[in-house]
Amino acid sequence: MTDTNVGTVEFELVSPAKLLVSEPVEMVVVPGAEGDIGVLPGHSPLIATVRPGVIDIHEGGKVRDRIFVGGGFAEVSSERCTVLAEEATPVDEIDRTIAEARLIEAKEKADVADETGVAEAARQVAIAEGLVAAAGLAGD
Amino acid sequence: MPNLKDLKIRIDSVKSTQKITSAMKMVAAAKLRRAQESVEAARPYAVRMERMLGSLAQSVGGTEGAPKLLAGTGAEETHLLVAFTADRGLCGGFNSSIVRQVRTMIMNLKATGKTAKVFCVGRKGHDVLKREFSAEIIDNVAGLGRRGIEYHEAAGVANTITELFEAGEFDVCTIVFNRFQSAMTQIVTPQQLIPFESANSGAEEEETPADDGPKAVYIFEPEEDEILADLLPRNLAVQIFQALLESSASEHGARMTAMDNATRNAGEMIDGLTLTYNRTRQAFITKELIEIISGAEAL
Repeated sequence: MTDTNVGTVEFELVSPAKLLVSEPVEMVVVPGAEGDIGVLPGHSPLIATVRPGVIDIHEGGKVRDRIFVGGGFAEVSSERCTVLAEEATPVDEIDRTIAEARLIEAKEKADVADETGVAEAARQVAIAEGLVAAAGLAGD
Repeated sequence: MPNLKDLKIRIDSVKSTQKITSAMKMVAAAKLRRAQESVEAARPYAVRMERMLGSLAQSVGGTEGAPKLLAGTGAEETHLLVAFTADRGLCGGFNSSIVRQVRTMIMNLKATGKTAKVFCVGRKGHDVLKREFSAEIIDNVAGLGRRGIEYHEAAGVANTITELFEAGEFDVCTIVFNRFQSAMTQIVTPQQLIPFESANSGAEEEETPADDGPKAVYIFEPEEDEILADLLPRNLAVQIFQALLESSASEHGARMTAMDNATRNAGEMIDGLTLTYNRTRQAFITKELIEIISGAEAL
């Protein structure tokens, strides 16, 4: 962990259920709430909210891994990038039909949600939409 | 002289108790393994969440208009204690150590003229505490984690607490739970949640990556207060989720140890009883022989 290789940034992806990724990467692109954030070694310290979307891990100028996250927070320092995700699934493992079913269900719930539940319902819809979009990427 | 039949019945009953306790031990061991895995998997998230919030708190802390969840209400008159116990007993000192800790804390608070309120998670703690502190208990939830603990259950508890806080029901919130150390040891841990307190003292055996050196000045995207508004309630839920996981792993660990002890005690008891049984039987035989012989001699 303390190996400070100049060319890499220590990337960690954590969900409440487990530590998904913890490895040095060359570049990682995180879907920030106000736009995608590309993190290279030596990035300025940053704390940002993450919208539902896909994290790209780059290596040798190419995308090596793509992981869907359902929103969360990212903390970046010059040698480390930590993403706290509410949920995370590698894009290859997303099942399109399940994702679509979830979107439909989320939308139904959002339609009947009362005042207190409306924000949460909208959030679930956003996550499900992101998941469906990510499932579309898997085919590429 | 003990009756042979009674002894036999006694031995059989202890044997069946032993069967039950050893089965419970097996079940607890299986559940413990699962619970331990999930608690260990969840620790990094809670630790990092706390670290992130810590850096945020440093840059926002002290400024006016910091969110109440972070800075507190400014007073510390009313304390809310959230006691995490199990729904079921037969797990050694697991529940009673929590109850004892909560009782001490309530007494201390009362002694210093403050108000204590109690929120019970888990049936057992509520059962015991309500005898003594029924006035202090404001709410209780039970039946969490029947099929493994789900994050949304923790979020539900966190919501209730946040609502109480926003309604001005309390100033300081502390959770009391058993931190899982090993199957043998559980550590009763009080942890302050509101206002947020960076727990640097929390002796975590977490491999913390090398420190960032001097405290970095962070860029925030979006603004600090927006992130905080998102992060604080989430942190609350995550810490409660973590406490629930720790508590459930501890519960199974404690139950396993308790049932292991019970099985062993039952074994000892059976040995003792069997010895008595055999001696008594032998004594009867000897007595009968003496009777026969002396009867024969008398002829």
